[in-house]
Amino acid sequence: MARILNIVYFAWVKERLGKGHEAMEIPSDLDTISDLVELLSKQAPEYKSVFADLTKLRFALDQEFTSIDASINSAEELAIFPPVTGG
Amino acid sequence: MIKVEVYADDFDAGFEISKLSALGCGAVASFIGLVRGDGDVEALELEHYPVMTQKALRDIAETANGRWPLHGITIVHRVGKMSLGEQIVLVCTCSDHRSAALDSCSYIMDRLKTGAPFWKKQWFKDGRSEWVEERQSDLDAKGRW
Repeated sequence: MARILNIVYFAWVKERLGKGHEAMEIPSDLDTISDLVELLSKQAPEYKSVFADLTKLRFALDQEFTSIDASINSAEELAIFPPVTGG
Repeated sequence: MIKVEVYADDFDAGFEISKLSALGCGAVASFIGLVRGDGDVEALELEHYPVMTQKALRDIAETANGRWPLHGITIVHRVGKMSLGEQIVLVCTCSDHRSAALDSCSYIMDRLKTGAPFWKKQWFKDGRSEWVEERQSDLDAKGRW
């Protein structure tokens, strides 16, 4: 069954995509964040450009840092952003 | 006692520190991070991931609380645009002895730099802006704990 995932973007990722969040219907056979990134990259050139260098991106599922290889499973929110630079 | 706050406005560091001191411990350590004028930087803008920020800062504080015998921890972080010299962050810890207060304060700052969802943008005098990149020295600092 397809599910809806809320995707949120921050910093230059948000600026370059021109949006801070979107809801996406996830295909039932989609497993990891990496699979989703690949799918988005095929959808529009701005995703392809933002996801061109994955070493510059970090991810969080339901507000917990995770790796690009993590399964999305039943998570409700995926965040995609550059390495954090607070403090 | 753990206090975690994220403010858009400036905060009173003296007030926060004296509140921790009032808990009656023998040692209070604090760190205040300010906007630094590197090159032609005239302002900093801090963005964050609100739902995750509280959780991440609280996790860091709780880990510190488990590692050192602390009576209180205060973390205050600002978001939004700030000018040169303005306060960005305050970490304050109190314990019975100085080493626990100083070490835990330093630990919290090192963890916060690489483990809390904040992003800094530098604004330059000529109107340009640029997102700050991750620093290897911050990753190394986290590694020493």
